[in-house]
Amino acid sequence: MLFLNSFNWMPLLLTGKLALITTLILVIIGVPLAYKIAFSKSRFKPVFEALIGMPLVLPPTVIGFYFLLLFSPAYGFGKYLKNIFDIQLVFSFSGLVIASLLYSLPFMVQPIQNGLQSLPKNLHEASYILGKSKWQTLWYVLLPNSKKAILTGMVLTFAHTIGEFGVVLMVGGSIPNKTQVASSIIYEHVEALNYEAAHKYSAILLLISFVILVAVYSLSKNNMSFLRRNN
Amino acid sequence: MISINIHKRLKGTQGNFDLQIDEIISEGDFIGVYGKSGTGKTSLLRLLSGLDIPNEGCIKVAERVWYDSGNKINIPVQQRNIGYVFQEDVLFPNMTVLQNLRFALSKSNEIKLLDELIDIMELKELLDFNTYQLSGGQKQRVSLARALVSQPKLLLLDEPLSALDYEMRQRLQDYIKKAHKTYKLTTLMVSHDPWELYQLVNKVWEIDEGKVIRKGTPRQILPLDLYKNI
Repeated sequence: MLFLNSFNWMPLLLTGKLALITTLILVIIGVPLAYKIAFSKSRFKPVFEALIGMPLVLPPTVIGFYFLLLFSPAYGFGKYLKNIFDIQLVFSFSGLVIASLLYSLPFMVQPIQNGLQSLPKNLHEASYILGKSKWQTLWYVLLPNSKKAILTGMVLTFAHTIGEFGVVLMVGGSIPNKTQVASSIIYEHVEALNYEAAHKYSAILLLISFVILVAVYSLSKNNMSFLRRNN
Repeated sequence: MISINIHKRLKGTQGNFDLQIDEIISEGDFIGVYGKSGTGKTSLLRLLSGLDIPNEGCIKVAERVWYDSGNKINIPVQQRNIGYVFQEDVLFPNMTVLQNLRFALSKSNEIKLLDELIDIMELKELLDFNTYQLSGGQKQRVSLARALVSQPKLLLLDEPLSALDYEMRQRLQDYIKKAHKTYKLTTLMVSHDPWELYQLVNKVWEIDEGKVIRKGTPRQILPLDLYKNI
């Protein structure tokens, strides 16, 4: 118990909070976006797909760097926010959330997009013929039959946000109790050669991630069998 | 009365061809659309329903214009109030049989009709089933009932029986016949089974390369050797 008394839980709580908020916001943004792209006939579709997929290939530090510039109260957008609304996003938790939203966007959008695209084409046509609008079709037909894809998107987003390091360090600056999440405190402990503390956080993170994934995968297994029987 | 005069450029397996249909359908007609695969039969139904849009032409149903390329009119599929049964099963897997039927109800439809359809199509025992529990024949029966819930005047059937065995086909044909009569429908049914068409329709259009090459009664158009045994 000595171990727990002296232990600073804050970075882990912040990590969980960041992952949860990012996941919830992204599912709201991701579903309509995935729908738009999945059924887009625009010739610019590959461009949109590439834009959303960018965080997959860019080093997180690049994203972090541009967010740092964007949020900085010294220039354009950040200056505007600071002057008009007195908001400073850089080195703040809100800034972390916004950066995480972009950074994890493809992890939410791509599974849902794939899920929607893999549904039989006639399914939504049948709904249109029954007089249902695109919105009704999405809500009552397409999404209920894409539960597994949505769940996959949520798990991946949550797990990916827990694993964020480069972006949160650049944008958040690892300020204790504010933007210092688990991944950044581990880095700091390692740098200070404080391996014991680093090990505690790492082990806990490892365990938490594993438990979450096992829980969600067993949940999605039930969902999967539901879908298998249905299709 | 439905007047169709449409042109659509189609991609076939052996190159492009033009679907060019200029026909009139009288109210209450049951028309068999007959011909080889890949000649534009399904495309014709899709163009009529509004799922696909012609390159040019005009579709008029009663006095209402559904499509007119000249005046840039295109009534969306949702507002055409058509019954459509696809070749494959498109029941919504996330809903039970009853939920599938109810989904087709709009505010102006009556629940009474739904009960009547359940009765006519003999679906009472199946209502609480999930769609994956149904056999092929049961699925198409539910599909047919669902297509009729919104009281369409035009029913489009795209080879709805092709995946079923002989006995099931016979039964489904009876249901289709009954529905066509009871609800005074105008029906178009795509099929390349002459026997099936002979049982159901009063007129046949034979389609090849996107054009009606022959039309007439089933006896005039369908292959004659078929009737040797009748």
